[in-house]
Amino acid sequence: MFDDFFTRALIAGIGVALVAGPLGCFIVWRRLAYFGDTLSHAALLGVALALLLEIDIPLAVFLVCAGVAVALMLLQRYAALSSDSLLGLLAHSALALGLVCLAFMTWVRIDLMGLLFGDILAVSKTDIAIIYGGGAIVLAVLVAIWRPLFAATVSSELAEAEGLRPARANLVFMLLMASVIAIAMKIVGVLLITALLIIPAATARRLAGGPEQMAVIAALVGAGAVIAGLYGSLGWDTPSGPTIVVAALALFLISLSPLVGWLVGRPAAPSSRSEP
Amino acid sequence: MPPLIRLDDAGIHRAGRWLVRGVDLSVHPGEIVTLIGLNGSGKSTTAKLALGILAPDEGSVTPAPGRRIGYVPQKMSIDWTLPLTVERFMRLTATLTKTEIAAALESTGIAHLAKVSVRTLSGGEFQRAMLARAIARKPDLLVLDEPVQGVDFAGEIALYELIAAIRDRLDCGILLISHDLHVVMAATDHVVCLNGHICCRGTPQAVAESPEYRQLFGDRAAAAIAIYRHHHDHTHLPDGRVRHSDGSVTDHCHAEDGHHHEPSAPPRNLEPADDGHV
Repeated sequence: MFDDFFTRALIAGIGVALVAGPLGCFIVWRRLAYFGDTLSHAALLGVALALLLEIDIPLAVFLVCAGVAVALMLLQRYAALSSDSLLGLLAHSALALGLVCLAFMTWVRIDLMGLLFGDILAVSKTDIAIIYGGGAIVLAVLVAIWRPLFAATVSSELAEAEGLRPARANLVFMLLMASVIAIAMKIVGVLLITALLIIPAATARRLAGGPEQMAVIAALVGAGAVIAGLYGSLGWDTPSGPTIVVAALALFLISLSPLVGWLVGRPAAPSSRSEP
Repeated sequence: MPPLIRLDDAGIHRAGRWLVRGVDLSVHPGEIVTLIGLNGSGKSTTAKLALGILAPDEGSVTPAPGRRIGYVPQKMSIDWTLPLTVERFMRLTATLTKTEIAAALESTGIAHLAKVSVRTLSGGEFQRAMLARAIARKPDLLVLDEPVQGVDFAGEIALYELIAAIRDRLDCGILLISHDLHVVMAATDHVVCLNGHICCRGTPQAVAESPEYRQLFGDRAAAAIAIYRHHHDHTHLPDGRVRHSDGSVTDHCHAEDGHHHEPSAPPRNLEPADDGHV
């Protein structure tokens, strides 16, 4: 069944969505959307370095993303710039550096559109193996650090005081993010990875009664968006990466409808009551 | 018995000034130590030193190995993107059974809110939830940073009675932070008054009567304490017996005990809460 390119695309896309959903929840909870963007922009620099040094592309992307994540943690600690300025600086510098490096390598012909927006229809069996192998590891590690990571999301000081070592969980989370971007880049491209991380999680927020439930729903919503998006792109002959994101957006909009709110019995908007 | 936590001459230096300096402090099992002081006097900083959230820039902090900590931070806001019920919040840092969760919520009086989202709790209810969460994990050392903020006065007294009862039941050490000495007096063994450094310390009575305390808080605060103490000259022990200010223990309150027949009205009526506790 892996012989059909469309089937391969479906399987690969669903695999990425299942991993991106739970991680995306933490991005939403911790307000790291722009951070995810920064890492995915840095992925392009990883591609350039991989071509230059002739190493494996996902590996190079992972290393560059992890490097940017650690650099960001250090800069936040020591620099006198706000974190959104730092993120903007790193995101666009990394993107520009990547593009400049690629332009210098006149001997390489690369599909820039494919890098930016993904090329899910060109997924190979090896790619599927990487997605499911890497994805399983990412999910296993996420489950292992779930308690400290979630406690640190609620209150870093509380987690620290009660011995959960939030700094370690945060670092591992950064590495997981880098891994997911390395895995997902081929599917939706560097510019749309953040969408696959955030939109399913945002959709799940309305439907979930607890954090674990939200992670599972986000994974399923992401998988649904991949399926709908791929069939949509097949039917309307639209680019597949962006169509998947549009499908995710459609699911998000559906989740906002009063009917869904009534079905799950949850309020449509954040409580108007002041924060406790 | 070794202390659960010991601070020796500890200090925190930030941005060119000492937030707090020269703090000597220890908390033993079964002991309630209260930090008081005005805003910015370094109470929370001292608590964070004791908790290991901040590392001392001078001096040392020595925790007892393997002690389990329960912490109620002063400020904590739950982001609305987090779907978090009270029940799930209880299991934030420890694995608990349903029975343990129910018992802890029951003891802080919010058992009926177990399934409710923490976002919809009022300030006082959220404080009770945080306290319930901290005690549910059966800590050796409980650190409570202004645990009664947002709680009305009657509830405040009841919560302090609860804190004293928790100490008796778990035999844990408690480091309590408060800006008002008069309500914590009945429930504390040792008071440390901070003002960037330790300005005075001792039993609640000794601190209340010390010139340093009067200078810091004014004579009115000290007078309020005197009245409060007069009305709390005995303590109800968990087993139902009563400990009097002279140290004797009897089965019941005496008729001559302060708060039962004192005619002149205290600044705030303390009787209902006082009679309701264990």
